[in-house]
Amino acid sequence: MPRVWIFGANVNTDQIVPGRYAPYMLKSEDELRKYPFVEARPEFASTTQPGDLIVAGPNFGCGSSREYAPLALKMVNIGAIIAPLFARIFYRNALNLGIPCFEADLTGVLTDGQIVDFDVSKGLLVANGQEIQLPPPPTFLQEVWNAGGIVPFYKQYGRFPGEAASS
Amino acid sequence: MAQTLAEQILSHAAGRPVRAGENVVVHVDLVMMHDSLSPSIIKILHNELGAERVWDPEKIAVVVDHVAPAATVQNAEYQYNLRRWVREQKITHLYDVGRGISHPVLVEEGMARPGMLIVGSDSHSTGYGSVGAFGTGMGSTDIALALATGKTWLRVPETVRVQARGRFRPGVGAKDLGLRAARELTADGATYQSVEWHGVDFLSVGDRMTLATLSIEVGGKAGIVPPTSTQEPVALSSTNGLRQLVGSDWLNAPGYVPEWLRVEEGANYSRTVEIDLDQLNPQISVPHYVDNVVDLGDLERVAVDVIYIGTCTNGHHGDMAAAAQILRGRRVAPGVRLLVVPATSEALRQASLDGTLDTLLAAGAAIGTPGCGACIGRHMGVLAPDEVCLFTGNRNFRGRMGSPKANIYLASPEVAAATAVTGYITHPQEVLG
Repeated sequence: MPRVWIFGANVNTDQIVPGRYAPYMLKSEDELRKYPFVEARPEFASTTQPGDLIVAGPNFGCGSSREYAPLALKMVNIGAIIAPLFARIFYRNALNLGIPCFEADLTGVLTDGQIVDFDVSKGLLVANGQEIQLPPPPTFLQEVWNAGGIVPFYKQYGRFPGEAASS
Repeated sequence: MAQTLAEQILSHAAGRPVRAGENVVVHVDLVMMHDSLSPSIIKILHNELGAERVWDPEKIAVVVDHVAPAATVQNAEYQYNLRRWVREQKITHLYDVGRGISHPVLVEEGMARPGMLIVGSDSHSTGYGSVGAFGTGMGSTDIALALATGKTWLRVPETVRVQARGRFRPGVGAKDLGLRAARELTADGATYQSVEWHGVDFLSVGDRMTLATLSIEVGGKAGIVPPTSTQEPVALSSTNGLRQLVGSDWLNAPGYVPEWLRVEEGANYSRTVEIDLDQLNPQISVPHYVDNVVDLGDLERVAVDVIYIGTCTNGHHGDMAAAAQILRGRRVAPGVRLLVVPATSEALRQASLDGTLDTLLAAGAAIGTPGCGACIGRHMGVLAPDEVCLFTGNRNFRGRMGSPKANIYLASPEVAAATAVTGYITHPQEVLG
């Protein structure tokens, strides 16, 4: 069962992975799995379990274009990120990597460390017996999720999301 | 129907009229990638997408600016591999160590031009809006896809208009306007939107880049200054293969601004923020968020350890010259360090020609290699715990420039220079008297 990790508003990519821990600064990209929230929440990387949920305030992922920020979260198998508003580049990067992002404000509903039930395909979260239906992303983005990210999508369909198949 | 500048540029790219809210798949005019994300971009391009060649080696700019020169053996090896890859792919535009930061370099080189759609592996790619281009930042996968196909997908953004009126008072400038806009709009006020900067025709291209790069700090997908003429003196030379620009009114050079790119009456803006420059005071962004902005006069006395002048936001020649004007005949205060990292080699060369560099050195400044410097906290002046930095850059996030226990205040180059003289955050007029 996934654990909820609560974060505040305006979590920037320097908090998710500081530039000093970029793969460019490491021996291998694989080391990156040790560093999500390395300074903002040092216990996160070692205690998070696959499927855990990040529940944050607005403007999650603001700041730089570094894809290694969502990549680090993918490496620890985050189940989904739920925030009322995502910064644009982060949202694209997360989508491209196949990390489910839901736009909803649950920071006042859930508590840090809470254990919940979550069905990512339905966007259905159950907390304390209460069902919370998360709004699904637009259809053309859902196609990218379903393919597992933009690279598998492009290889499968030979086109960009929303692009006519013939062009 | 009247269009915003973002709608005009994306319509041109799409080959049909498009409106805010539509999704489009478009050809890009230029792809910029830098050293920092290059290992992952190259890996995704070849190993994951399976592409052997880039789509057009002449429409790609590779810039080594993020850790330049290399700080570690690891960086050096990645850069070595990048140069080899550039040769293999026959990419014609490599700007290597010391040439400077991608955004101003590509403007100087004439590679970023009005009306272009430019994607870059850097969030401050909004900076291409300084010359009326639609520049937007993307991550490694989107850039790898653009390298492979020459295309990207975008949602045509709505536009927030920042309307400036009047003229700056002494000691106040473009950075103060940009930070004031961040204060009004907040960190997500323009998320998924373009920012158009109006009423700034009198600003130099460097100052326009200050505004365009700060557009991402309010969430902007692009930040576009209408490409009107500027009275900026031209110092670009034809040496080093630099593009020869024509006349001081270079944005009016024939053919430089496409006919179809014009501010249109009746274009639809989601919001307009008006800022009266005659009333504007120096603005200070207080740790640890860019939109945490106050008037300098409302700030309590803040002693600093280091003053850092540089970045794609405020490392331009005009920024160094403005700082030099305050530092002329003065010295950096005891116990304080002043680091100056020019945005480009051309900015540094201009500073060496007009006496700016001499003034900075005489005042006690240390000069770094043109590039991103300590902005990403990797080299060339990273901060220790508890150190306080007055920074002319664009981000004061916790840990941005080094220790997460350091404090970063953002301000203009004029405030930076005045602060260097006194050792505490200071209004330029206090020093000039």
